[in-house]
Parts: sequence; C-alpha cells; structure tokens
Amino acid sequence: MPDEWSIEGIVRATFPLLVGLTLVELGSGLVLDTGKEVLTTYPSLLTLVPVTIGMAGNLGSVLASRLSTAFHLGTLDFAADDDELAGNALATVALAVTLFPAVGVGAWAVQFALGGLVLPLGTVVLVAAASGVALAVLAVAVATAATYAAYQFGLDPDDVVIPVVTNVCDVLGVVVLLLAVRAFV
Amino acid sequence: MLALSALGGLFSGVVLGGMESELSVIPGLLVLVPALLATRGNVYGSLGARLATGLHQGLVDPDVSLADDRVRAAVTAAMANGVAVSAVAAVLGYGVLFALGRPAAPLPALLVVALVAGVLSGIGLTVVVVVAVFWGFRNGMNPDTLAGPVVTTTGDVIGIATMLAGARLVIALGVV
Repeated sequence: MPDEWSIEGIVRATFPLLVGLTLVELGSGLVLDTGKEVLTTYPSLLTLVPVTIGMAGNLGSVLASRLSTAFHLGTLDFAADDDELAGNALATVALAVTLFPAVGVGAWAVQFALGGLVLPLGTVVLVAAASGVALAVLAVAVATAATYAAYQFGLDPDDVVIPVVTNVCDVLGVVVLLLAVRAFV
Repeated sequence: MLALSALGGLFSGVVLGGMESELSVIPGLLVLVPALLATRGNVYGSLGARLATGLHQGLVDPDVSLADDRVRAAVTAAMANGVAVSAVAAVLGYGVLFALGRPAAPLPALLVVALVAGVLSGIGLTVVVVVAVFWGFRNGMNPDTLAGPVVTTTGDVIGIATMLAGARLVIALGVV
C-alpha cells in the first residue's frame, strides 16, 4: 500500500481525478463564455454566476448524500411511488423555490447599492427563480440517476455519486442560468 | 448552512460583477472561472477531509503545527495539486478556445492569472482549512462536518478575489 501521507502518494491518488473534473468544468466555462456580452453588460447577472453554480452543486450533493444514506439503510427503492424518493425530491425543489428568489433579490440589491444597476428587480428575481426551479428538477434527476447507476454497477454511492453530481450540476447551473437570461432579458 | 453558503456565493458574485472590464480585456478568462473555482473546492475540501481523518485516527497531533510531517505532506501536496491543476486548466482552456477559433488572450496571460490565483488562493485556503479543522477538533466538533461548508463558503470568495488579483497583475505587466 503506497504511503497515504506522502506528498507523492497524495498527488498520485488525486491529480488524475482533478484533471478530469477540470475538463468538465472547462465545458461549463465555454458555455459561460458564449453569454459573455450579456453578462458583462449587466453586472447583476454576473453576480448570479458563482452563487447559481454553487447552489446547484449543493442541492445535488445534499440530495445525493440523502439518497446514498437511504440506499445504505435499505429504505430506498427506485419506484415513482417511493415515499423516500418523492419526499426528498420535493424537499429539494422546495428548497430551491425559497432560496433562489432571495438570491436574486440579494444580487439586485448589491448591484443597486454599488450603483451598477441596469436591470429591473423583477427581471433579476425572475431569472434567479426560474433557473433555481429548473436546476432543482435537474439535480433530482441527476442525483437519482447517478445513485441508481452506482447501485446497478455495485459501487458504493457515497464514493462516486457526490463528485459526479456536484460537477454535473455545476455545468447544468451555467447552462440553465444562460437559458434563463436568454428567455427573460 | 445553505443560506450561509448562498451569502458567500453572492459575495464572490459581487467581486465577479466588478471584474467586467478585466473579463473584456482578457478574453478566455471567463472560461477559466468555473474550472478554477471547482479546483479550489475539490483540492482544499479534500485537504480538510484528509486532516480530519488523520485527527480521528490519532495520526495527526491536534496541536496546529507545520512541524508535523503528515500535516506538512498533506498541505504541500494540496498546494502542488492546486497550482498544477490551475496551470492545466489555463493550458487546456486556451487550447480549446484556439481549436474552436474563439477569441483568447495569449497563453502566457491566462497562465499567469491561473498561477497567481493558484498560489495566493492556495495559501489563503490552506490557512482557513487548517485553522478550521484543528480549532473545530480541539473544541469538540467533528472536523468532517466543518471542513466542507467552510471550504465551499470561503473557496469561491478567495478563488474569485485571487483571480482578480492575477488579472490586474497581468494587465499591469502589459502581457495583454
């Protein structure tokens, strides 16, 4: 067994995964770059970028971690009428519905205070809320699919599901935010 | 906890919102934002988890000290990973933009931003993670539950702020 506490051992174990995840994130950067004009024109939209990416990953990883635990406890089966699954899915969407409009108000208020305001409050809140709800639904789908796939392949969902879900949700976060911007701005 | 993390995210958003001129002057910088932010979370989140495991197993002495061989190895490895992956992100990002024929700043400019941000955020996040994990452990908290949220909340802010520092430096040096 290689020394887990040597510099070489740690770098060898983690560097390949980090490069792989960087490739995924560069994909999300490229998508972000296509919306550069509208984002740099309206700084309040740029303000939404890190928080949307972060919250998308958070929502996905919280749900994935709950599903993994339920799976280990044996209380989860992958049926549409499964209470555990439906309850957790609903909680994730409810969390997004409460959190994202507040984030939109925050982003608008901060830019208003800084004098960088161009967009009306309603538009920023609408963009934040719409991306939040869409992301919550996608996070539920990705987390459920990844947990199910891990189960099918006999892998421990704790090891694989969370990094996959977090990074996939990061990319989806950018895509959804830009779609919302295109739709409402 | 999620609300706190949203607040941290908003704060880093403000810094990013104030970067619009740097983003226009250095094309391709925006492409690196998600990759560099995710790297911070991945690298220093894993440093926190590793130190927490070491404390739980009694392998790491709970006194904060870089004299401890294991702490020093974990911190050095995290810094090496963080800086190297940032450079990889800059090179790959530039390569992809070049291949797609999309506008990109010269590779040295993107590389300098990534390296400056990688080194500065590495120092900042190492301090935050080490202090949070050891302080939490000594005060009877489970460092495993502490490290993740601390890194997600501070990682984006430190990540964006150090990218801004790198971008300002590149512009001041006249690389772009």
